[in-house]
Amino acid sequence: MSALSEVIGSMLIAVGAFFYVVGAIGIYRMPDVFTRMHAAGISDTAGAGLLIAGMMFLAGFSLVAVKLAIIMGVILFTSPIATHALAQAALHEGLEPVGVGNKILIGPGAHPGPEKIGKATTKKTRKPAKRAARKPAKSKATKRKTASAKRRTRS
Amino acid sequence: MILAAATLAVLVALLLGVIRALRGPTVFDRVLAANAIGTGAIMLLALIGFLTGRPEFLDIGILYALLNIIGTLAVLKFFRYGDLSHPGGEEPGDA
Repeated sequence: MSALSEVIGSMLIAVGAFFYVVGAIGIYRMPDVFTRMHAAGISDTAGAGLLIAGMMFLAGFSLVAVKLAIIMGVILFTSPIATHALAQAALHEGLEPVGVGNKILIGPGAHPGPEKIGKATTKKTRKPAKRAARKPAKSKATKRKTASAKRRTRS
Repeated sequence: MILAAATLAVLVALLLGVIRALRGPTVFDRVLAANAIGTGAIMLLALIGFLTGRPEFLDIGILYALLNIIGTLAVLKFFRYGDLSHPGGEEPGDA
């Protein structure tokens, strides 16, 4: 009986660890805050739930299993609250979910995420600076020098 | 054995969460990553407690689970109202 519960607990822990890593990869890879919330929900419910269920099987009927059940209940109640508050705050801040307004999500011509937009703009601004002659850079430097000199004189 | 593998998986998940918390373009990415890191810390505590045969770590896990939601909501409220003692409801700019 104990061997059977050990096998079941080990399998549940293995599946839970898999889901936990999948959710973490989603948190790292998803393009948007709202999609990342979805991935965090996976690791909070499936991953943590299966891990704790497996550990309860390993512990058997004891106080340890009760403590694990308390942790699981707290996580299951607080994770949706945190996600809801986070989504509400993000929407109130003015963030738009990727995919709103018939934007293409997958394939060529896809709507890039907020990070990719920032990267593209920085690359576009960086490249002409490299191609241009050194004179404007020097002039910028001189302008900075003059500005700093003005600040010094003002202060 | 399986507990060590699960501990390693949770450590990998924590690493990815830390990377997201450092790279996250907005505040909400960082708050989300902090929430995920908190859950990962609870799981890590429970797994290490089972791995080393010290289930007293589960009490610390319960404490972390209770602190996690409070911290997340406090940070969100602070970034929305700029004040933790704000009664909420009306916006600071509306009045």
